[in-house]
Amino acid sequence: MTETERHEYDVLVVGAGGAGLRAAIEARERGLRTAIICKSLFGKAHTVMAEGGCAAAMGNVAEKDSWQVHFRDTMRGGKFLNSWRMAELHAKEAPDRVWELEAWGALFDRTPDGRISQRNFGGHTYPRLAHVGDRTGLELLRTLQQRVVALQQADYFQTGDYEARLRVFAECTVTELLTDDDGAIAGAFGYWRESGRFVVFSAPAVVLATGGIGKSFKVTSNSWEYTGDGHALALRAGASLVDMEFVQFHPTGMVWPPSVKGILVTEGVRGDGGVLRNSDGDRFMFGYVPDVFKGQYAQTEDEADRWYDDQDNNRRTPDLLPRDEVARAINTEVKEGRGSPHGGVFLDIASRMPAEEIRRRLPSMYHQFKELADVDITAEPMEVGPTCHYVMGGIDVDPDTGQSGVPGLFAAGECAGGMHGSNRLGGNSLSDLLVFGRRAGLGAADYVAGLGRRPAWRSGDVDAAARMALAPFDAPSAGAPGENPYTLHAELQGVMNDLVGIIRTEAEMSVALERLGELRGRLRDVVVEGHRQYNPGWHLALDLRNMLMVSEAVASSALMRTESRGGHTRDDHPMLDPEWRHRVLVTRCDRDDPGGDPVVPRVTVEPEERVPMREDLLALFDLVELEKYYTAAELTAHPEGGAA
Amino acid sequence: MSYTGRFRVWRGHAGGGALADFEVEVNEGEVVLDVIHRLQATQAPDLAVRWNCKAGKCGSCSAEINGQPRLLCMTRMSVFTPDEVVTVTPMRTFPVIRDLVTDVSYNYAKAREIPSFTPPIDLAPGEFRMSQADVQRSQEFRKCIECFLCQDTCHVVRDHEENKAVFAGPRFLMRVAELEMHPLDVSDRVAGVQDQHGLGRCNITKCCTEVCPEGIKITDNALIPMKERVADQRYDPLVWLGRTISRRPR
Ligand SMILES: Cc1cc2nc3c(=O)[nH]c(=O)nc-3n(C[C@H](O)[C@H](O)[C@H](O)COP(=O)(O)OP(=O)(O)OC[C@H]3O[C@@H](n4cnc5c(N)ncnc54)[C@H](O)[C@@H]3O)c2cc1C
Ligand code: SF4
Ligand code: SF4
Ligand code: FES
Repeated sequence: MTETERHEYDVLVVGAGGAGLRAAIEARERGLRTAIICKSLFGKAHTVMAEGGCAAAMGNVAEKDSWQVHFRDTMRGGKFLNSWRMAELHAKEAPDRVWELEAWGALFDRTPDGRISQRNFGGHTYPRLAHVGDRTGLELLRTLQQRVVALQQADYFQTGDYEARLRVFAECTVTELLTDDDGAIAGAFGYWRESGRFVVFSAPAVVLATGGIGKSFKVTSNSWEYTGDGHALALRAGASLVDMEFVQFHPTGMVWPPSVKGILVTEGVRGDGGVLRNSDGDRFMFGYVPDVFKGQYAQTEDEADRWYDDQDNNRRTPDLLPRDEVARAINTEVKEGRGSPHGGVFLDIASRMPAEEIRRRLPSMYHQFKELADVDITAEPMEVGPTCHYVMGGIDVDPDTGQSGVPGLFAAGECAGGMHGSNRLGGNSLSDLLVFGRRAGLGAADYVAGLGRRPAWRSGDVDAAARMALAPFDAPSAGAPGENPYTLHAELQGVMNDLVGIIRTEAEMSVALERLGELRGRLRDVVVEGHRQYNPGWHLALDLRNMLMVSEAVASSALMRTESRGGHTRDDHPMLDPEWRHRVLVTRCDRDDPGGDPVVPRVTVEPEERVPMREDLLALFDLVELEKYYTAAELTAHPEGGAA
Repeated sequence: MSYTGRFRVWRGHAGGGALADFEVEVNEGEVVLDVIHRLQATQAPDLAVRWNCKAGKCGSCSAEINGQPRLLCMTRMSVFTPDEVVTVTPMRTFPVIRDLVTDVSYNYAKAREIPSFTPPIDLAPGEFRMSQADVQRSQEFRKCIECFLCQDTCHVVRDHEENKAVFAGPRFLMRVAELEMHPLDVSDRVAGVQDQHGLGRCNITKCCTEVCPEGIKITDNALIPMKERVADQRYDPLVWLGRTISRRPR
């Protein structure tokens, strides 16, 4: 093999979104030499797209807010499937993480007394989301990016080299993790998009912060980067994934024109007063409050409208139910013939506040509809419908340190699992990135400090990774027609969207798994044209390996879970089943598969028991509420003494 | 409504290249980036282009359309007539890597040269108090998505490679203004903006403002006020002294 570029670091962070940058900052502040690797340019990660805000119980707007209330909201939103330890750490630490951003230069919108303003969002009891208009993710990412630069400047003053301890490898894609003979992390293999040349990193710790999987679905709010790389890299390295059946469909994506279908319309529109209506003009959400939330939402339009001004004496509008509920409701309205002309429903803010106010509060939504759909949202309603948005499932990690089952492999952000249970609340991702990004950075630093010797990768693995990466340039096997990566991708998106989408059935998912099997076979014959320099066809061919592996994990898990909960709705099993609450579906790479496919290895899914919630946390809920979700036997530990 | 559109796309690499002609399907509601994607999927699988969000939020897809610096994902096909040839070329100010992708490292180098946010040392996180009216000015500049179209347009560097070393460009001069107007930044940035970052070379033509997809008033709200501050400091030693003292942390 030709001379390959090599680098050595203490910690490799794969991903430059909120989670990756926060992890890298922490590792570098701990004195470790840290590399950040990302597929796009620095500052372009998916986090820039986040709109509505970052949830943290600072109590700036509602004094009654506290970590306990935030914890309860998060568990309810996730239908009690969440890793309760993650939800606890998240609720407790989010305020400090937000304040820290301010000390690094972030400029959030303010309250009248000069503190960080907070807005309402679905599923949050109090106004809780720190925000900057509707471009909060940009503010968060830019602040972290500028913090990275500040640390580089400090290193420059000391050493004369900006990159002495913290370097960004932008437009560089990791295709394989490298382990030593004992299975511990030893580094990573990747290629530069620009030149197509390979690069090998040696490092005892890797933090995966690669984001989500939405690019496997046709209608999605996600960018091309969301190909589930971290999920697949972790599987192939021996780590496991949890909760992969839970995929969030955001209720409000654009539905028209076709080329922008799926682009997000922030929940902030509803948080600030926008309401959903069907073609009859009805505010249909009042008819969709599920039993588990009865009594917590307004029952009349008058009460709902009063709530915006007086939250102590009124209940919130059901337009702000958790996302899974709203997405299903819209789906039903459209199916029953009360949809808008282009197959969505109406989201109306124009009739609810003056045009000037709309433009001030929601500038990018105004801009987005004006530019892309020729719709003036201050004068007419938007048309919206569900879009694949977020994956709750992800790499199984230790809540406190972010470490996966593989020594030296850590994960944080959207690619990590557990925190959000079966459904994520809006605004809880940005805070998740900060809280667990920092913790993973710390976890990696402690791990490296405690190591006796550095694991060494096996050179055979590097050669194999190089061969795998170049395979798409080979001619297809004799007689096979070369496959076009763009065509395979479009077919995969169709399969996942239509057969493993928002409403699922056993029959459709079985078909989906068959189709995925066919696509896996055809991927071996994928052929790309041109050479290695900035070749998007080649990049897509490599990404497809990961997309197929992760799609199989989603479909297999979804097939196994015979109940409906959060981001997993089964038409053939429409009820919540307490016997499924305490079980977690774990996906692993089937490494013993005889004659296994090295391009897209098979996965296995198995149910395991979840760790029961700590008693003091359980006691934060009323017994009557828990009884809706738990089996009687699980509630004996509750202080109100659940009947055994 | 669909039609066959005519496209001319620059294809090549650092060593050279040429415009390639394509005939390609165009559908109602599409943007230029949709058509580029269709070219990739059907005719030119290795056509290099940067993009991420396809919603005007990440600033990746900058290029020149019929000579105008624009975002590919925010340029609707409906602004062209069906018989019009649409020419897409890479940003001219930055070296080409391949096809529509350019080497924008100049911008990242400039970003590093600007001293970072410096809060008062006695203020702990959580203690920051700022009014909305005071943060609003810098917030406008923080809407920047770093598409670098303003950098591409500015004539100081557009055809003057030699100026790149001494000129930060509108985006990063605006970054200095953002920090200077931040209610809690304590460092004095006025001397630096003139001497190190090259504000003096800007002759307020406003071309940068015209191309900014975020509609930021770069020239009026960032560059001109900075020029005024430079003028004040240079010519009025008392003002200079007063400002320096009042900005010190208590
Ligand atoms: C339109 C939209 C709006 C949203 N709004 C909100 C909101 O208001 N509030 C909220 O809390 N959440 C919101 N979310 C969700 C939230 O933005 C994301 O979940 C979050 O930003 C994910 O951050 P991350 O750090 O995990 O990953 P990302 O920010 O996606 O970063 C992933 C990084 O990994 C890199 N990467 C991936 N694969 C590889 C590889 N193989 N090699 C090298 N690098 C790789 C990418 O280049 C990128 O740098 C929104 C999401 C979308 C799509
Ligand atoms: S106003 Fe100044 S910075 Fe902007 S384009 Fe003109 S010369 Fe360049
Ligand atoms: S100021 Fe405007 S044109 Fe310049 S980089 Fe930022 S968003 Fe782009
Ligand atoms: S793709 Fe993000 S701005 Fe065009």
